[in-house]
Amino acid sequence: MALQIIVTAKQVIDPEIPKSAFKIDVATKRVVVPPSFPPVVNGFDEHAVEAALRIKDSQEAKVTVVAIGKTFALEIMRKLLAMGADELVLVQDPAIEETIDSRVASHILAAAIKKIGAFDLILCGRQASDWDNAQVPLLLTEALGLPCVTIAKRIEVRDGAVRVERVIPEGQEVVEAPLPALVTVSNELGLPRYPTMRAIMAANRKRPTLWKLSDLGIDPADLQPSLHLVDLFVPVSDRQCEFIEGGDERQIAQQLFQKLREARLI
Amino acid sequence: MPEATGVLVLGEGIAGRLTSTTAEMLTAGHQLAAAMDEPLGCGLVGYQLEAAAEEAMHCGADKVYTVDDPLVAEYQVELYLAALTQICRTAAPRVLLMARTQSGRDLAPRLAARLGVPLAQDCLEVTVDIPSKSLLATRPVYGGNAMARVRSTATPQFATVRPKVYPPAVADPQRRGEVIAVPVALDPAMVKTRVLEVVKEETAGIRLEDAKIVVAGGRGLGGPEGFQPLEQLAKALGAGIGASRAAVDSGWVPYSWQIGLTGKTITPDLYITVGISGASQHIAGCSGAKCIVAINKDRDANIFRYARYGIVGDWQKILSVLIEAAHEFRQSADTP
Repeated sequence: MALQIIVTAKQVIDPEIPKSAFKIDVATKRVVVPPSFPPVVNGFDEHAVEAALRIKDSQEAKVTVVAIGKTFALEIMRKLLAMGADELVLVQDPAIEETIDSRVASHILAAAIKKIGAFDLILCGRQASDWDNAQVPLLLTEALGLPCVTIAKRIEVRDGAVRVERVIPEGQEVVEAPLPALVTVSNELGLPRYPTMRAIMAANRKRPTLWKLSDLGIDPADLQPSLHLVDLFVPVSDRQCEFIEGGDERQIAQQLFQKLREARLI
Repeated sequence: MPEATGVLVLGEGIAGRLTSTTAEMLTAGHQLAAAMDEPLGCGLVGYQLEAAAEEAMHCGADKVYTVDDPLVAEYQVELYLAALTQICRTAAPRVLLMARTQSGRDLAPRLAARLGVPLAQDCLEVTVDIPSKSLLATRPVYGGNAMARVRSTATPQFATVRPKVYPPAVADPQRRGEVIAVPVALDPAMVKTRVLEVVKEETAGIRLEDAKIVVAGGRGLGGPEGFQPLEQLAKALGAGIGASRAAVDSGWVPYSWQIGLTGKTITPDLYITVGISGASQHIAGCSGAKCIVAINKDRDANIFRYARYGIVGDWQKILSVLIEAAHEFRQSADTP
């Protein structure tokens, strides 16, 4: 029996956009990005797909990626198929509003995962680079009644259990949980693979499964958040940088050292 | 159901002592409780909690709710969740606070799910609106590029707070309070995840989180060999050493060196960065530094927006002079 792996993914605003392009519309409390910066797959979710593919490299497995959103840039999400995922399920519905209340997203994802069917392992990126909430995976764990291990750098599946090397502040630890289980993946896993040209072409021919909320039996009226955004603003840094210049590197470095000593920082 | 009232801090006690992060949460909790004129409680899970409970009362808790059981002598996620859920149901607080520590990060969202409420995660500030008594929580989003202020319309209003943002509460040994033992039927069968092995990385120098001075390098160092002079500088200054995510992702130095949103949060007096561009996710881990010195060859690098002192130039030459100066300074300080 092939191992059934589900990976959750999110389409997000490119976190690498320059500061100057990052603007907030105060009235709607939304980030506005110039069209020259296309969205991307959340970075940690690519790590989660990579983790799934590494398992698939060593044993028979099927990798299904699921994402929810109001709209998707298909060519962006297809990258996950090109990397090697077998199926892509997109729950796309105009009623899916971006909200800071993670409960809404986890509610929809839990319903989508149940509809996908039996699974052994769910992998999620440790957090999304927009709200940085790090909550959806843990809420899914509760909704689906699964054991959960967070911040994995290495994942091994054998004998009906998942063994996870995870990052802790003092180093790392190895945790084991019985399947089915949910594991969140961090960048310590290592860089996700680049799709080959041939895989990109093949992915372009694959059709994602498209579902609406009604396919999941979800009434949009049940998606009301209870955590509300009061304000969204860009913090101002009041620090003024004093550039130390004049003279060669030796003189500049000595000036710096002097200033730090005077400020009793050294 | 009794009407929800007061603030409850879910704390951690390790080896009979309240953690300093818990004392920080009691500071935040006390401010909110005082503003609302309502009591402050503290929930503790562990074994032989008498001393930690006492300490929580010294730090401002009016009531301490404990689940004191040998089964939870060590942290175990499923058992802790069961215990914390019961503490929250017993205390029925209006506001619930927890530190976003390693365990808090895993526990809080799951606890929120069990209580049926949303969670404001990783907040830098929590205040309360009077007279509505609603909690306003401010948290970084978009990798620190923006801040979101959020309000919850559920009860309890639940927030996790980033460590080292609030100062720890000062203990007053005269303060007294009440300890309430919360009965919970903990069952070893609840345990699903098991820790098989813990590998502690030897840190040669000073713990980054505690260091007064930290030096760190990024992609601009060009390779692992660039960290050698940086280590010399750290040694000469008695500093901790760290790195940006770009440097650890490139495999130049271990992940335990990573400073940033998903790495370590540091709050030194002096933070010297070399070849770090200052992506928002890096700033998220070092914005608590009192003085940032940035050495970078790109004058437009984002790091200079946060730096007190900036140097645009060849980091190798600058570092070698700094190492020399630090050695000389140390020698002159050692010989009066």
